[in-house]
Amino acid sequence: MPTPIQTVSESLLAPGGLTLDDLPPLVHELAMGDVDFADLFFERAEGESFTLEDGEVKDASFHRDSGVGVRTCVGDRQGFAYTQEITADRIREAGQAAAAIQKGQSKQTAIALSPIATPTLYRPINPISERASHEKIAYLLEIDRLARQRDPRVVQVQATLSISYREVLVCATDGTLAGDVRPLVRLSISVLAEQGGRRERGGAGLGGRYDLNRLLTPEHATQLVTDAVDQALINLEAVDCPAGEMPVVLGSGWPGVLLHEAVGHGLEGDFNRKGSSFYSGKIGEQVAAKGVTVVDDGTLADRRGSLNIDDEGHLTQRNVLIEDGILKGYMQDKLNARLMGVPATGNGRRESYAHLPMPRMTNTFMEAGEATRDDMIASVKKGLFAVNFGGGQVDITSGQFVFAASEAYLIEDGQITAPVKGATLIGHGPQVMSAISMIGHDVALDTGIGVCGKNGQSVPVGVGQPSLKIDRLTVGGTA
Amino acid sequence: MRAEFNPEHEKNRLKAITSQVLDRARHHGADACEVGASASLGLEVQARMGQPEQLEMMRDQSISVTAFVGQSRGSATTTDWSDDALDQAAQAAIAIARVTAADPAATLATSEQIIREVPDLDLDHPWEIAPEAALDMAIEIERAGLDCDVRLTNSDGASVSTSRAVSVLGSSEGLLVAQASSLHGMSCVLLAEEGDSRERSYAFTHDRNPNRLTDGIVIGREAAEKTLARLNPRKCETGEVPVLFVPEAASGLLSSVISAISGGALYRKSSYLLDRIDTPIFPEWVTLSEAPHLPGAIGSSAYDGDGLPTRAQAFVESGVLTRYVLSLYSANRLGLQSTHNAGGVRNLRLSGHMDFDAMVRQMDRGVIVTELMGQGVNLVNGDYSRGASGFWVEHGEIQYPVHEITVASNLDRMMRDLLIQVGSDVDTRRSIASGSLLFESMMVAGS
Repeated sequence: MPTPIQTVSESLLAPGGLTLDDLPPLVHELAMGDVDFADLFFERAEGESFTLEDGEVKDASFHRDSGVGVRTCVGDRQGFAYTQEITADRIREAGQAAAAIQKGQSKQTAIALSPIATPTLYRPINPISERASHEKIAYLLEIDRLARQRDPRVVQVQATLSISYREVLVCATDGTLAGDVRPLVRLSISVLAEQGGRRERGGAGLGGRYDLNRLLTPEHATQLVTDAVDQALINLEAVDCPAGEMPVVLGSGWPGVLLHEAVGHGLEGDFNRKGSSFYSGKIGEQVAAKGVTVVDDGTLADRRGSLNIDDEGHLTQRNVLIEDGILKGYMQDKLNARLMGVPATGNGRRESYAHLPMPRMTNTFMEAGEATRDDMIASVKKGLFAVNFGGGQVDITSGQFVFAASEAYLIEDGQITAPVKGATLIGHGPQVMSAISMIGHDVALDTGIGVCGKNGQSVPVGVGQPSLKIDRLTVGGTA
Repeated sequence: MRAEFNPEHEKNRLKAITSQVLDRARHHGADACEVGASASLGLEVQARMGQPEQLEMMRDQSISVTAFVGQSRGSATTTDWSDDALDQAAQAAIAIARVTAADPAATLATSEQIIREVPDLDLDHPWEIAPEAALDMAIEIERAGLDCDVRLTNSDGASVSTSRAVSVLGSSEGLLVAQASSLHGMSCVLLAEEGDSRERSYAFTHDRNPNRLTDGIVIGREAAEKTLARLNPRKCETGEVPVLFVPEAASGLLSSVISAISGGALYRKSSYLLDRIDTPIFPEWVTLSEAPHLPGAIGSSAYDGDGLPTRAQAFVESGVLTRYVLSLYSANRLGLQSTHNAGGVRNLRLSGHMDFDAMVRQMDRGVIVTELMGQGVNLVNGDYSRGASGFWVEHGEIQYPVHEITVASNLDRMMRDLLIQVGSDVDTRRSIASGSLLFESMMVAGS
């Protein structure tokens, strides 16, 4: 079987008349003057999506995008350009544009590239061609049928199947030569239920770096439909959410978006090198309650946030960010690792060849504790139990962050009572992490739907956590 | 990289390739088709702590084709413009159209509907600035900010950007139109520190014409002022108080209302403003209209995404919702006529007569919201709950900055019953732009 490097060089380089042997001199030309580091990132992406609406699949699309990004780094300066035409001439032109960030003549000696053996955290498949279009459509139609069958109050069903396939090839002046083949599939559904003139939405999704046969099972259709329809029906009964500070119990899995915002972004290497994060200079300090261990792990098999190699050709790894409440380390790309004098951690990621890499999260989660969710709920006199969330956002300088509950319940005298309307939760990262008083044994990762945005770049990520009790969090309800 | 970008040349190039792809799609079996092509060239530089930090050259092109087979359609997009790739895109779109269900609402603009002549709306202005000069300018912007106060100890940098783009839209019904536009900008993000308090804020300017950009020095100083003002924030107490949204925050509220009267949300029954045509959705002193032909404005365009001529029109008159925001498709779905709004509204303004300070005095006691966080807007039922920071006002004067609070209510109630004043301070940097908005009461959650 060909290695990923061979596979991707065939489809990325050959059409423009290039071979792997042409890369060392091209990279060498970038290493001019006082350049510390330079790299080429080749990428070919294909995607397909089918959308179900009104009980029919009337809309579907296909896209293709390819190009090469050229970067030169001098100290903390980066020059960047890209071309959608993968030929030697266009790469040289892009290299000249990127070189405008530095001055000088070529001085480096010839570069020898050493291929990195690509791990196999997921299989190098193209899921687009795995199933015929009519099978994909039939699956979505079945989701529609199941959702309407589950409850007559369901008035709208939307479902989207997104299938993506990416080939990347990285080569750099530090000798890196690495390739990866990245499948990514995602199925999401959104339903609208109506009762007495009131309309409410429910949603669910699922995905990862695997094949369609694994995604499009009858069990998954039932599970997604059940989750989405039940959420919409629960929201039909929801009363106004309370406002103010109160204890909050968070469910396991997707509510880990808490960690992504309250901890994750603040521990990205670029912010900490620049001293702009509220976690800057705090390595070794207590930044969360004892018992709290937070990990970013890009090596979990088949997960949405996982990568065999990051977008700088560095192997992904398991990075402990916080251990028993103590800040252990940051997530790094090559540039920030070099400037901070620490090893890169396999977190250099980019949206595409047309974007510069940055330190980004992969799968970020909290490890299990010993408490049960029932004990947490029983311990709350008046508070909120939140099990599902939309997105979040953080101000990495002040530490202020938000995340928005889409399914939540009141806790009164240790009992779950009424469902409440969606509300935004707001807090300060380290303060909230220090207010964690109970950690569940039920750690779970999300179902594979997360998208993280930073500086206008989106990348797929995973989050996870056990059930948690936070003693005090501000809940943005109206009651 | 060839840094030249000749809009006339690009228009001709893109028109030629658009016609070619239309021909290919028909050749491969499409009954009708639509093609959109775009090309752009951009430069963005960033400086931080007095040094150049980043330089990015951006050159993009993309083409998308929608093919119809009978009443079914499919679409495909490619950035690879080789003959093979263009053929494959056309074939992929047709292959999809052969398997999707018929959609009678999906129609192309007829030759009677499409725009005849594209007026020049003054949208394209080159900015001949070399990367080195742009970097020097970024350094100056940041310095102007950092020099304002010793508490400004750090920076996330200042940036200068320039871009030009051409887009072409063509169809088998005889449409073939092109528009060129440019966008230039400057921005600055500063950090301030005092005791345990660390805050950031930003300022920016952008315009289609580089001569109309706000001076970079002013941007640096504005970033400084906004950042310093946030230092040493407190949480306010939970309770219902009046809330004043500054224009930047108010524009987002207005965008949500526009989404709720847009075709997509309506035919999906996913809007709290469903079936509210000809009923009040604002106080009777509010009128909302768009001006898509405003020369040089950020939202201006001669035609919409369907190739129909855009037109000045009102959506809300004397508080009453008089028109939805519809494309050909959403209009067909609703059994209505297109309002020539494929792609949204253009240069929509909500403006009043009162200046900001007078509004603060009118509020007397409450919260000024300057920044919002998170999503927290549910268009299906209008529920609104977002993270916020800003200032606490007492006796008509700003007392101190507040943070880690939420503001919550319901958009329908807010706009219809709680809106008591609109400011004259419209932020025209946005296509959907509002003056400051004062609401009689919202639930503010803090300590």
